[in-house]
Amino acid sequence: MGWFEKLKEGLTKTRDNLTQKVEAIFNFTSELDDDFFEELEEALIVADVGFNTTTAIVEKLKKRIKEKKINQIQEAKDELKNIIVEIMRGDKNIDIIPPKTPAVFMVVGVNGVGKTTSIGKIANFFKSRGYKVMMAAGDTFRAAAIDQLEVWGQRCGVEVIKQKEGADPAAVVFDAIQSAKARKVDILICDTAGRLHNKKNLMEELRKINRVIEKEGRDFYKETLLVLDSTTGQNAIHQAKEFIDVADVNGIVLTKLDGTAKGGVVIAINNELNIPVKMIGVGEGIDDLQAFDPEMFVDALF
Amino acid sequence: MAFEGLTHKLQETFKKLRGKGKLTEKDVKEAMREVKLALLEADVNYKVVKDFINSVSQRAVGQEVMESLTPGQHVIKIVNEELIMLMGGRESKINISPKPPTVIMLVGLQGAGKTTMAAKLALHLKKSNKSILLVAADVYRPAAIKQLQILGGQIDVPVFTLGDRANPVDIAKAGVENAKKNAKDVVIIDTAGRLHIDQELMEELQNIKSEVEPFETLLVVDAMTGQDAVNVAQSFNEKLDITGVILTKLDGDTRGGAAISVKAVTGKPIKFAGVGEKLSDLEIFYPDRMASRILGMGDILSLIEKA
Ligand SMILES: Nc1nc2c(ncn2[C@@H]2O[C@H](COP(=O)(O)OP(=O)(O)OP(=O)(O)O)[C@@H](O)[C@H]2O)c(=O)[nH]1
Ligand SMILES: Nc1nc2c(ncn2[C@@H]2O[C@H](COP(=O)(O)OP(=O)(O)OP(=O)(O)O)[C@@H](O)[C@H]2O)c(=O)[nH]1
Ligand SMILES: [Mg+2]
Ligand SMILES: [Mg+2]
Repeated sequence: MGWFEKLKEGLTKTRDNLTQKVEAIFNFTSELDDDFFEELEEALIVADVGFNTTTAIVEKLKKRIKEKKINQIQEAKDELKNIIVEIMRGDKNIDIIPPKTPAVFMVVGVNGVGKTTSIGKIANFFKSRGYKVMMAAGDTFRAAAIDQLEVWGQRCGVEVIKQKEGADPAAVVFDAIQSAKARKVDILICDTAGRLHNKKNLMEELRKINRVIEKEGRDFYKETLLVLDSTTGQNAIHQAKEFIDVADVNGIVLTKLDGTAKGGVVIAINNELNIPVKMIGVGEGIDDLQAFDPEMFVDALF
Repeated sequence: MAFEGLTHKLQETFKKLRGKGKLTEKDVKEAMREVKLALLEADVNYKVVKDFINSVSQRAVGQEVMESLTPGQHVIKIVNEELIMLMGGRESKINISPKPPTVIMLVGLQGAGKTTMAAKLALHLKKSNKSILLVAADVYRPAAIKQLQILGGQIDVPVFTLGDRANPVDIAKAGVENAKKNAKDVVIIDTAGRLHIDQELMEELQNIKSEVEPFETLLVVDAMTGQDAVNVAQSFNEKLDITGVILTKLDGDTRGGAAISVKAVTGKPIKFAGVGEKLSDLEIFYPDRMASRILGMGDILSLIEKA
């Protein structure tokens, strides 16, 4: 099953509600009046888009409807999709493939969103495309986090650089970069411990890891991926803001889209902060990772 | 901050109306618009918000405004009281079976915090001199058993496992047998995270449940959950008839509106809150504190309480 089918299947229940709702609006309202826009707002909020972004989208749609003299239901619907796709794509780079190698990926995010699992999947993604990949067990804090990454290492046949539980994560990353250089690795992916963005000391620790990567990995192309759980509501915006403050986040991995949550908050994040979604997680298996496709995402949303 | 916004907006809305006697329909409607936005911003489910606003509006219209409060503060007082009621009014304890061992089963979505919570609960109960057995029934997540073993080791609580090749239903059953043999007071079963729409894995939980008849089946919910919290809670409750909810990661800056949504759709009490990664980071859940948090207005509420 392709990800789109999987996504659609996963979203069926809520999607049906939403589609029915949106279609009901488009079919039973003869005019594109206030009620119509209000119902539209509801549909977007239920998808976790958030009030501010929802309002912005609806305002934009109203303007377009006027400009383009839209009075057909289907046209308005298409225009709505266009607007969201524009927000999600823009002129942003949504490709995870690095423009050059060697490249180092640092993966960050709050607790339990799916960082380690996504790293396993991404390592496999690159390995199967012929890259020489290595992983760094930069979560030295959580119980059995290193063992978990090692299982992923075995699954995709990728070496894991690690130290003992409780070791300094910056030191692990330092080691890993030296090994990556010595072994001429194309892509090094660094796991980090989950941390809530409002914890000053933990965010400082991340800043330190980031500095090590910037200093030791000067010759590497650098990518920082923020992992967001699609089940998360408006707090994801705070998360994104705080993590960009610490590191130069250039992509989002949106996980758990195989559930009924639609991850609409990434629309708000793209609208406000302009960080593109690059990959999506659609399950717990090694192949349950897909490149982000804005059109399909929006289609699955409505 | 969002909530200061709410307070501020409400004050503005009602500035002209200070000391105006009864709350009119128009007053309430204007205030409720702001309350609605605050609740949505806090991730309370849209439908729950709608129902809530309707019932609170009905109660508020025609009420005499207290001398010491502005109409805005009076509306908030009502909203706050109703939110607390909606979340069960007061705290709810964990139930211990008169016939030991008390079996507690933890369920929930992936990454919600079940394994950590299993160990936290063990530590909590250990403090009241209960002997405990942790059971590792997650055979899917890489190193899940190891994780529970390490956590168990930290608090000196034994962990029962049959490895990751055994069937979770068999593990749970054998774990409870083992606890009986060793005269344990409490058995806490850690299960694998799963989606509420995953038929097969939800059935597995049903089978564990009918096999070991837990005294408490607790749904572990991440406090950062958005609008989907209602779907998750409803499905888990329908399939497993949960006895309570635990909210995790409340040490973050989320407003935690999921608490309202989950309680509203299941009617089951929220018993504990996870407030950190350390095993001692566990608190009893207090509806009144959660209401202030969701409204984000601790200050104005303490003001109102004095009134
Ligand atoms: N259904 C589903 N589950 C996922 C997905 N990605 C990760 N998970 C599950 O989510 C749980 C948490 O994943 P981890 O990779 O351990 O998350 P993490 O961010 O590394 O967690 P910490 O290191 O503890 O902060 C695991 O049970 C994963 O199997 C996904 O796309 N879909
Ligand atoms: N900050 C904070 N982190 C927490 C809390 N509870 C759990 N965590 C963290 O959240 C992450 C996931 O916790 P787990 O206990 O592994 O979650 P789980 O539900 O067992 O995950 P799966 O078994 O993969 O479904 C870990 O990094 C925990 O340390 C909490 O109350 N606060
Ligand atoms: Mg991890
Ligand atoms: Mg677990």
